[in-house]
Amino acid sequence: MDELCIGLCSLLTDAGADGGLALFLSLLVGVLLVSGVPLITVILLIWIERKVAARIQDRIGPNRVGPIGLLQTIADMIKLLSKEDITPTSADRALYNAAPLVSFASVVLIWAVIPFTPFHYGVDLEIGALYFVAIASFGTLAIMVAGWASNNKYALLGAFRVVALLVSYEVPLVFALLVPVLLAGSMSLVDIVNAQNGMWFIVLSPLAFVIFYISSQAETGRAPFDLIEAESELVAGFNIEYSGMKFGMFFAAEFLHVFTNGILMAILFFGGWMGPLYYESPLIAFAWLGAKGGIIYLTTLWLRNTVPRLRIDQIMAFNWKFLVPLSIANLIVVSFVLKLMQELGLAPRDILSASFGDLLPTTVILLLCNGAMILYLLGIMRRRGREARRESRAARANLAQAPSAAGH
Amino acid sequence: MELNAISIGFIVFTIFTLGGAIGVVTTRNLFQGTIWLMVSLFGVAGYFVLLSAPFLAAVQVLVYIGAIAILITFAVMLTRSVARIKVRYMRLLPSLIGSLALFLILLLGVTMPIFGAHPPGSIPDYVASTRDLGAALVDENGYVVPFLLASVLLTAAMIGAIFIARDENA
Amino acid sequence: MVPLWMYLAVAAALFAIGVFGVLSRRNAVAILMSVELMLNAVNINLVAFWRYSETGTDLLLNGYVFTAFVLIVAAAEAAVGLAIIITVYRNRRSVIPEEARALKG
Repeated sequence: MDELCIGLCSLLTDAGADGGLALFLSLLVGVLLVSGVPLITVILLIWIERKVAARIQDRIGPNRVGPIGLLQTIADMIKLLSKEDITPTSADRALYNAAPLVSFASVVLIWAVIPFTPFHYGVDLEIGALYFVAIASFGTLAIMVAGWASNNKYALLGAFRVVALLVSYEVPLVFALLVPVLLAGSMSLVDIVNAQNGMWFIVLSPLAFVIFYISSQAETGRAPFDLIEAESELVAGFNIEYSGMKFGMFFAAEFLHVFTNGILMAILFFGGWMGPLYYESPLIAFAWLGAKGGIIYLTTLWLRNTVPRLRIDQIMAFNWKFLVPLSIANLIVVSFVLKLMQELGLAPRDILSASFGDLLPTTVILLLCNGAMILYLLGIMRRRGREARRESRAARANLAQAPSAAGH
Repeated sequence: MELNAISIGFIVFTIFTLGGAIGVVTTRNLFQGTIWLMVSLFGVAGYFVLLSAPFLAAVQVLVYIGAIAILITFAVMLTRSVARIKVRYMRLLPSLIGSLALFLILLLGVTMPIFGAHPPGSIPDYVASTRDLGAALVDENGYVVPFLLASVLLTAAMIGAIFIARDENA
Repeated sequence: MVPLWMYLAVAAALFAIGVFGVLSRRNAVAILMSVELMLNAVNINLVAFWRYSETGTDLLLNGYVFTAFVLIVAAAEAAVGLAIIITVYRNRRSVIPEEARALKG
């Protein structure tokens, strides 16, 4: 985005504008461009999501407004905007109105560090990965504030549960995020993409990707972790009191968050804009990123529409007893093996310039370690599953005996 | 002080930091107090950016807003019956005078001696990067012992917090 | 660049506000929040001094690292402090420090 800014800046100064003003204006255009991409995407996303969900549930989905229902979202937006804007009388007015804004901003802000192509990104932060985690905590805050400011029991209960969920799943998310950071030797997202020139990180550590995928699914509150909504228990949870466009902002933020996570996973594990011919044109690079992010996004939709909701205690137990120890173990194994191989001279010290061949031994050994961990886990899960089945069978047998015992 | 991006940022973050802090100590409603606290801490994170320490800024947002402030909101809600307090202050006048005096002493004692020092241009351009920080934390001549102690402290605090807050009956 | 004394003045004001909160508030959670304000004032000072100090010495990173440690200690302090507050509230239905005096002789 820099070259664009500089180009526009010189254009404006040539046209006789003041230097400072020209810089400000061109930076503003850059900011609008970077934040405009997610805003336009979200309109499309809502349509895609509704279509996919409909197909999975054997329906047709929106098909009335515009060609194949493409304009449905815009019609919905107009409807939401024209609705009465209600603030409950007992609500905390300022906080109640601020919460949807913070929620949406927390997602859009992530896009500032996303490298769209080798040369086009909002900003290349030295701490890009950390920035992503820090910004995500604003989303948690927004939900907490929304739940409290609504002054509604259900909203508060929903907010409690959601925040507990989000805070817990942040732990495995960060540990999984550290694996690409460790492999690339940098927290900058641009460096992380460049480091995957030789080999995508999904190959080096598939386990980290799976952990990241699961916990980001939880972070966005999608099934099987959709406690945020839990219509049957909490009548919509923290956003029960919201109506009109304020609800629309929570809604859009959630949809955008899912896609943003898809793009992030593409950057962290699938080489971002890397792909055949990406160097020919920025558009091709951008298309690669979009395609990879889109495929991951579609798998999350698939998952969302096929699995049932878990209970809160099951979700918490899964996180703290399974995902957190696993993510820590994975990080330790990857860092230990990588360091050992660097000492032995098998792994390149500078991954940015390493080719496919340089990385081959590292890949094989890391993959073997990951495979061993996965096999071990599968063994544990099989044993646990067998025990659970035996217990349930025993319980059923007891139940079957009980009435006959009572009959005697 | 000429008006440029950094000085404008400084003014904005000062409003955030001090305004939020005043909100924390004056509000009746404790939940709003935690929101003011977050505003204030966000301002401090902004200062860190201005002082070319982006890593600390991100950690500040992550640890304070993402963890500590959320924890405080939980505590406020769990002790909900007292979220709205009737008696806001005790010893209002003595503490007001005391803190004002402290502010003046700090201003005179710390700020006056260096007033006018570091004219623009004398500040080092080179700033340690996050990489330098990471290397220093595990360097045996650097901060590896405090670093290890800090991790022990965090573990101890975690165990302690769980042990104290655990419900005996559960 | 903003001169150093301005950062120090803001930090002094923040610290004084924190002290006022600790001295005057009755609620333990509010006191804890004021303590966080004071810690942040210290952090501003540390980072500002670090940024404006001469480079090229061995003390290059002291302020920076110290701030990181203050953050760690603040996290530990908040976790334990809030756990204590919640336990006291559960037992005595009060979050006013003066009322928790079961150990007073």
